[in-house]
Amino acid sequence: MLITFRLNGIPRRMDVDESMSLLWVIRDVLDLKGTKFGCGKAACGACTLLVDGQAVRSCSYPVKLAAGKEVTTIEGLSDGEILHPVQQAWVEEVVPQCGYCQPGFMMATVALLDQHPQPTDDDIDKSIVNICRCGTYYRMRRAIHRAAEIMSQSEKRNNL
Amino acid sequence: MREERNKRGLTRRKFLVGSAVGVGVILGVGYLSRSMIRRYLAGIANTIELPYQGDTDSPSIWFEVLADNRVILHSPKVEMGQGTFTGLAQMAADELEVEMSQMVVVHAATSTGNIDPFATGGSNSISSLWIPLRELAATMREMLRGEAAKMLGVDPANLSIRSGRFLGGGRQITYGDVVSSVEEWHVPETPPLKVTADFNYIGKPVPRIDLRDKVMGMRMFGMDSIMEDMLYGAVARPVHIGARFVSVDTSIAENMPEVVRVVVEKDFAGVIAKSRVAAHQAKEALVVEWEYDDNWQTEAIEKMIRVGQGNPVEIQKDGNPEKLLSSGENIITREYTSPIGAHAQLEPNGAVALVSEEGAVIMISTQVVAITRKEIAQRLGMSEDQVNVIPTYLGGGFGRRLHTPNAVQAAVLSKAVGRPVKCFFDRKEEFQNDTFRPPTHHVLKARLDDEGRILAMEHQLSSGDVMFGSPMFPRIATPLLGADAGVWRGGMIQYGAIPNHRAVCWRVKLPFATSWWRSLGLLANTFAIECFMDELALKTGKDPAEFRLAHIEDNERGTRLKEVIRTVVEKSQYRDDILPNGRAMGLAASTDANTPCAQVVEVSLQDKEIKVHKVTCVIDPGLVINPDQVRAQCEGAIIMGLSAALYEKMEVRDSQLTPTIYGPYRMAMMRDAPREIDVVILQNDDQPGAVGEPPLGPIGAAIANALFRLTGERQRAMPVMA
Ligand code: FES
Ligand code: FES
Repeated sequence: MLITFRLNGIPRRMDVDESMSLLWVIRDVLDLKGTKFGCGKAACGACTLLVDGQAVRSCSYPVKLAAGKEVTTIEGLSDGEILHPVQQAWVEEVVPQCGYCQPGFMMATVALLDQHPQPTDDDIDKSIVNICRCGTYYRMRRAIHRAAEIMSQSEKRNNL
Repeated sequence: MREERNKRGLTRRKFLVGSAVGVGVILGVGYLSRSMIRRYLAGIANTIELPYQGDTDSPSIWFEVLADNRVILHSPKVEMGQGTFTGLAQMAADELEVEMSQMVVVHAATSTGNIDPFATGGSNSISSLWIPLRELAATMREMLRGEAAKMLGVDPANLSIRSGRFLGGGRQITYGDVVSSVEEWHVPETPPLKVTADFNYIGKPVPRIDLRDKVMGMRMFGMDSIMEDMLYGAVARPVHIGARFVSVDTSIAENMPEVVRVVVEKDFAGVIAKSRVAAHQAKEALVVEWEYDDNWQTEAIEKMIRVGQGNPVEIQKDGNPEKLLSSGENIITREYTSPIGAHAQLEPNGAVALVSEEGAVIMISTQVVAITRKEIAQRLGMSEDQVNVIPTYLGGGFGRRLHTPNAVQAAVLSKAVGRPVKCFFDRKEEFQNDTFRPPTHHVLKARLDDEGRILAMEHQLSSGDVMFGSPMFPRIATPLLGADAGVWRGGMIQYGAIPNHRAVCWRVKLPFATSWWRSLGLLANTFAIECFMDELALKTGKDPAEFRLAHIEDNERGTRLKEVIRTVVEKSQYRDDILPNGRAMGLAASTDANTPCAQVVEVSLQDKEIKVHKVTCVIDPGLVINPDQVRAQCEGAIIMGLSAALYEKMEVRDSQLTPTIYGPYRMAMMRDAPREIDVVILQNDDQPGAVGEPPLGPIGAAIANALFRLTGERQRAMPVMA
């Protein structure tokens, strides 16, 4: 099946088996390895990325549904070397341990902050439902609040 | 030890061959001389300080200086989240006199010769390299200084160093310049090491060295590895306990699209295809005949794991506890259990392998680089030198990768097609073929005197294997040791002031694989012992902290343990009654690998669910290299321990281990994590000790103890339920 979508801002056109999930197209066909495989069954969130700004578990998202859409992965989050506020907050709070689950959490956080620019702890509990075996949740919660702060500050600056 | 090393000079010694055997024998000595058993075994199990077994004499295989004046440290220890790369870089930077920003840490491929013959695990990466790595770095620095002095024509003693540059005689030269012009190195005797006051980085909360790569989503894990012209493999794995491969019908799989080859070996069958999806689909189409004997159920496993069955080995004894506990007044007996636990690390196991006539290259997340290399060499009939294992960052270790025979399968598949093959587990295979945390059963018995002091106490525990059967230890370790040192971790009674006490291990061979799970027996043993101490304190009407303190010896170990308990009581403002906000507090403490840790939790019930709001954790790991990473390890261990204590449990149904997916295998999520974790670090030792595992000890018991205060009901089984 011939399919086209924008990946991190760049139009990509490829011939793939339509039964493939978006995850394996991104990882193995397009060779971007930041989006992780954890379970393949929409149960862990390691494969979370954004499709038209919505958080999606790409292991269980048929690639054909991405046709014509904008797909954003962790590699597309930063502006070159300039980190996205979520990444910046993650660095400031030194969140990652093994790091394997982290791209999925960061992408889920981007989507959360889009919906709730100032999320409460309960908002975080409800929408951040990925799994981290290293147990970095405590720092992630702080980093999510910190990211919200960075984003609102830069918003204020932009409005001046 | 140090003196000897200084005298020895450097270049001679290469590798300590057969180190694993050495370990077994060292551990065994105490057991053989029965008169020493108590103290010796107590000493070992609580201070397992295995000296580093790999090369400690050759700076050239540890360090590489780049022309741009950065220094690469080829680490024989792997990075699985525990922060070891950062700690090692801090230690090296301090002696090398370079900035942290000049340090690059990479996993040492076995072809570099810098190989840890043992493993990354046991919370000893930093402590075992504390002296050797700094000596290597200091030696390297002096090698550079000697050459720089020649080049600048000044006395080496007159050279000062700033950020990897030598200054002297009005001139300067960088390390990078020195290395690019030296042909032959003179290796000096080991110079003296810096003293604490001179540390630039040791003891500072520097950010993790892998932080930026990890937030950028860089290609760094085993599963991210690729090789040119790579194919994808999948192996048919058993779903039933104890299943042996008999035969396979490959006819359907062979004719599936994108399938390149079906490989049938004496012990497994696998497929190779052009994509991962195709490989896994074709694997499902293999019709494998497996042979397995029994129809196992959870109930049958639970019946096996009972104190009193199998072989008992006494691992600790003081006084005459048997007599005092055999009959009389005031004897209290309680039983506790813990279930089968899964590792559930996020990155599945697997490897990318390329095998050709000349040799083999394997990229893999593993905690046992040397064993992986040996097993591949044996299977392929090659020498170990022909096999290059390139370790990658691990997407979690937790003991799951202390044996990675899947690397052998990837190598065999690659050999069959003469091309690189990437072969990884899916999640179901991961759960079904895990090497689980063994289930346990504990019987605690104590006799109180009239003043409410413990006169005698006994801990008997039954468990599946942890260390026995591990390829890290020779078979001979089993008869020598008698009891499994992994099982008894945390299983000895740390209350040495109880005049009569003993601990006994009962070994049970389970029909499925059990092994190392972060902190080994510590979580379950501490759950049992520290719940029991709480029950005794309540029975005698004493404050649980005071009750514990009264039974701890006044030796060095005891003093450090007392201090973490006193500090946690003070910092958490521990109290025994229900707090005004409806929460209850629970206290527990443990000593693991010489690191004492005490925790207090605040717990409430919300819709019948146990909610842990706050954890105060006081730990004394001795000298701390990076306080921020010690904190991170405590936070992570607390959440992992909480997850195991409250939710996790594998079952056996019709000989299958289940569940096989996250969710049904319930683990702690964001909403379950305490919103407050207060970590207090004490440093009552001038050597760095264990950090990664000790804080997993107290959490389960602390939660159960708090829950009792809340509900008046004592829960003695993990996972703890309200
Ligand atoms: S890999 Fe997609 S949710 Fe786990
Ligand atoms: S950082 Fe290791 S799984 Fe989350």
